[in-house]
Amino acid sequence: MGIEAIEKRQGAALVLPALLWTVAFFVLPFAAMVWISLGHLDGREMVPGPDLGNYLRIFTEPALSRGIWVSLQITLIVTVISVALAWPLAWIIATRVPPRWRRLALLLAVLPFWTSYVVRSYSWALVLGQKGVVMTALVGLGLLDAPVQIMATRAATVIGFVHFFVMLLTLTIYSNLVQLSPNYARAAEDLGASRFQVIRLVILPLTLPGVMTGAFLTFVLCIGDYITPQILGGNNELTLPQLIMLQLGRRGDYPMASALSVVLMALVTLAYAACARWLKMERV
Amino acid sequence: MRVLSWAYLVALFAFILLPVVVLVVFSFQDGRLPVPPFRGATLKWYAEILSDRDLMAALGNSLLVALGSSTVALLLGFMAASGLARVALPGTLAMRALLIAPMTVSYLIIALGLLQMFNAAGVGPSLLTTGIGHVVINLPLCFSILYAAMGEHQKNAMRAARDLGAGEWQVLALVSAPMLAPALAAAFFLSVTFSWDEFIIAFLLTRFDVTLPVEIWSMLRSGLSPKTNAIGSLVFLVSVAITVTLEFTLFRKARK
Repeated sequence: MGIEAIEKRQGAALVLPALLWTVAFFVLPFAAMVWISLGHLDGREMVPGPDLGNYLRIFTEPALSRGIWVSLQITLIVTVISVALAWPLAWIIATRVPPRWRRLALLLAVLPFWTSYVVRSYSWALVLGQKGVVMTALVGLGLLDAPVQIMATRAATVIGFVHFFVMLLTLTIYSNLVQLSPNYARAAEDLGASRFQVIRLVILPLTLPGVMTGAFLTFVLCIGDYITPQILGGNNELTLPQLIMLQLGRRGDYPMASALSVVLMALVTLAYAACARWLKMERV
Repeated sequence: MRVLSWAYLVALFAFILLPVVVLVVFSFQDGRLPVPPFRGATLKWYAEILSDRDLMAALGNSLLVALGSSTVALLLGFMAASGLARVALPGTLAMRALLIAPMTVSYLIIALGLLQMFNAAGVGPSLLTTGIGHVVINLPLCFSILYAAMGEHQKNAMRAARDLGAGEWQVLALVSAPMLAPALAAAFFLSVTFSWDEFIIAFLLTRFDVTLPVEIWSMLRSGLSPKTNAIGSLVFLVSVAITVTLEFTLFRKARK
């Protein structure tokens, strides 16, 4: 046997355990989930399919189809607001903050990453509650006559999400900005562009890859998250992950929970297809 | 423009840091509710969490799952990256895609799939099943970090070692691993962080022994309490301390 053949065999032997793990604990469960989603629940008995009854119900029963809209709306609002807030922040840190303070500024901008994920949502519940610091301050300053209800509304969910994703996007956009050569901006200025024109017409388009990578990550993480809407948004309007957990908990309806998960997965895949041209996922 | 920039910076920092500041400040609240007015400082909530047996057990479980699952993920990822970086196998691209695929799937979906598979197989939820789930989410991460770190240079050194008579495991342990030490450390550290903080997989795949995020979640059901602030602040301060230490020791050396 030649050297190359031996190397190939050894290479394959090294990859095999990881592949087997992925097949056994990722591909197989996923396939099982798709299969179960094609069955349905009869009383407490699971009746195997294949039938498309669950999917038909998801798109016809308002209680279920509404979840898709709520999730999509929240995710889009969060993604747009987060990009709009994070871009200027990343730009200011990259260009306005003196170099020796830059690392510290960046560190402060992502400090809450180190709180636990459940605790972060809980903290916002403290801040936004009727007796929380925000309402106390606003009433105390005379800006409001009485506390306004924010908790258990969509606004609270959006604020909690935006907080997390502003940090994430600031990182991706910042790392994109510092890689740009300052010559682009100089050239544009030499050619007579105003400062806003430089930002709008030169810098902004050049950061599109960073923005799109961050926006895609935001979309994926936001639409699949259960904690933030559950703690902050309450049960007034349910997102897709909340609906999935509801099927599991109250009714033990695994087929429906699986079908909703397949829909969730499809939404993420669509988002990926939409941003694929800007994403350099194949490089990871 | 300048004033506007600074005003924006301050406003955004206030927004970003507000919940953390509120969390930490009201963990010292001398009263039963972690909301204004602040009634003076006390450490009693910290004393209470440190003597809470369920909470400390959950902390230990989290540490166990995080370290265990990260070790397995790192080992599998390292082997796979070494194998794929070395030779062009038929289907290399497909294998890489398969290994990275779990990264693009919501944790909730991974958790639900595993739950149903374990149910069908008659395996009850436990820390072990949670650990398996955490390996699934961290393997793609370890693999892609290590695969990206293996350059031409690395391949040549491995080949040279093999030509000089090193066995397969010797090449991995004595040549590859030391050369990749910074990437290995980074991958392990990131995996531990993700596992430590992961909620939904642990929530669906544990029952009696739970991890810390799940335990905190069940504390939330009894309403707001400075006790929750205290455990949250403690985890936050410990994480910051660990990160700062690593930054000044491991990664600083690696960057040189």
